Amino acid sequence: MMIPALLLIAFVILASAGVAMVLRNLIHSALLLVLSWTGIAAFYLWAGAEFVAFAQILVYAGGISMVVLFAVLLTRPARDAELPVTPPTVLRIAAGLMASAMVGSITVMAVLTSHLVAPASARAPGLTVKDLGALLAGPHAAALLLVGVILTVALLGAIIIAAPEPAPRPEDQP
Amino acid sequence: MIAVAPTSDRFLEVAPLQLRDWFIGLLPQSLRWITSGLITVVAILAVFGLLFAYLTLAERKILGRVQNRPGPNRTGWFGLLQPFADGVKALTKEDVVPRDADQVLHYLAPVVLVALSLLGFAVLPFGRHLVPVELDAAVLYFFAAGAATELAVFMAGWASRNKYSLLAAMRALAQLISYELPLLLSFVPVVMLAGTLSTTEIVTAQGGWTGGWIPHWYVLTPWGFAGFVIFMIAALAESNRSPFDLPEAESELIAGHLTEYSGFKYALFFMAEYFGMCALSGMAVTLFLGGWQAPCAWLEFIPSYAWFAGKLLVLLLGFMWIRATLPRLRMDQLTRLAWKFLVPLALINLGTAAFWSLTAGWTGPLQLVRWAVALALVVTPFVVMGRRLTAGVAPRTYRYAAS
Repeated sequence: MMIPALLLIAFVILASAGVAMVLRNLIHSALLLVLSWTGIAAFYLWAGAEFVAFAQILVYAGGISMVVLFAVLLTRPARDAELPVTPPTVLRIAAGLMASAMVGSITVMAVLTSHLVAPASARAPGLTVKDLGALLAGPHAAALLLVGVILTVALLGAIIIAAPEPAPRPEDQP
Repeated sequence: MIAVAPTSDRFLEVAPLQLRDWFIGLLPQSLRWITSGLITVVAILAVFGLLFAYLTLAERKILGRVQNRPGPNRTGWFGLLQPFADGVKALTKEDVVPRDADQVLHYLAPVVLVALSLLGFAVLPFGRHLVPVELDAAVLYFFAAGAATELAVFMAGWASRNKYSLLAAMRALAQLISYELPLLLSFVPVVMLAGTLSTTEIVTAQGGWTGGWIPHWYVLTPWGFAGFVIFMIAALAESNRSPFDLPEAESELIAGHLTEYSGFKYALFFMAEYFGMCALSGMAVTLFLGGWQAPCAWLEFIPSYAWFAGKLLVLLLGFMWIRATLPRLRMDQLTRLAWKFLVPLALINLGTAAFWSLTAGWTGPLQLVRWAVALALVVTPFVVMGRRLTAGVAPRTYRYAAS
């Protein structure tokens, strides 16, 4: 019962994310991305992490999805404007491979070097919401603050990228 | 002497559960688990479905009364059969879908909306023993389920391929981004003071009376009152009710995201609106109004679910009253009210609640100090920020009207 459910959840997450990448309609992609995030929340529920699952839905399906849709609607007024697809150049392919290699190696190294030995009896740790809160506000407070700073920086970067280029003023022309 | 049974085991309190257990007992062992869940779902759907039908009638009647007209009064006695006539009409009407609409999303939007707005009912404690699902993080679950409803409104508006609908979709998104924050911030003090995210435990924490008359509901504390008001304003906005019904402002946007919907899909949107309203009001009752607790000790003989229903209906009537009284806000006023007024007030309210929680041990004259400081913390920011919000706008001066 547990393994088929996991496979189903994994299929939903990966399939919706994959289709979202292929689609040319940005709104459809965004909505599929929301489905993918919800799938991740379902995975957390499957793993027994209730709090994280609900927080995931609240933050991603509730908050971030709105921001994404808003950004899409505000920056791309033409509804059927197809995204210009530039052909892949060697540089792009190299950059893509490089980025995925970096992320992949970091993930693999993190998994390999972590001393999380699977316990003999696979039992979910009885971590309540209260314990989670105490851990986040106590030993891991610095990490929490850092994540907040990173998110703020990302938000500012997104605004700068999305802002329209200022029209060239006549006095700047040579 | 007749031995008085404890309140929690009186016949009326446990009657719904006993009825369910009796019915389940008739079934074979393998079906019991699933039937128990199904009965809960069917009960919620039946009760709130019927409530929805009569809320529409009540709303039309009350709006009619406020506007000095009778409201629907031709179908049945006092128009009591009007909801069913409306239902038959909605079911038999042609379902028109625009040719250029996004067919899949246009179809999915009302379905998703109703499904999401029903999810919230799962964790509301309707009575002492009537909790559909006991969750450790129930409050979080409730708001997570409710947060995605505007997504469905967006889907409806965008998929209709209609300028008005698209504008409505944008407005819905802006409204959600603005009001999600005060809604979430306003209940954090309750979680702080009760020390739990479980709805049942929050209601239990509000049990008891001072002198048998004054209940220990959170709305009767300074921070609780402020939180309740902020919560209800944000709930009005979340359920797209007047004065925050900008997404479907009929005088500007025809009917906004509902423009291209007809027949039963249109009815589904209304069903979702009323379900959302009921769920948010039920949550307000649970968080601030003591849930199913009776207001006085000697009124406990009335079963707990009747108290819950009564409080819920009072809040719903309040929603209707507000709709009949207040004009719609403009878009800039809407966002200004959220960001410049409600969010700061909710943040200050967090501080008030922290003070209240830290001074729980104060007794005697210190109690008065505690109340005075907490009240000052609530009232002063309200007055100061309210003045700044309306500076240059109110009081309105009439240049040509005779004064």
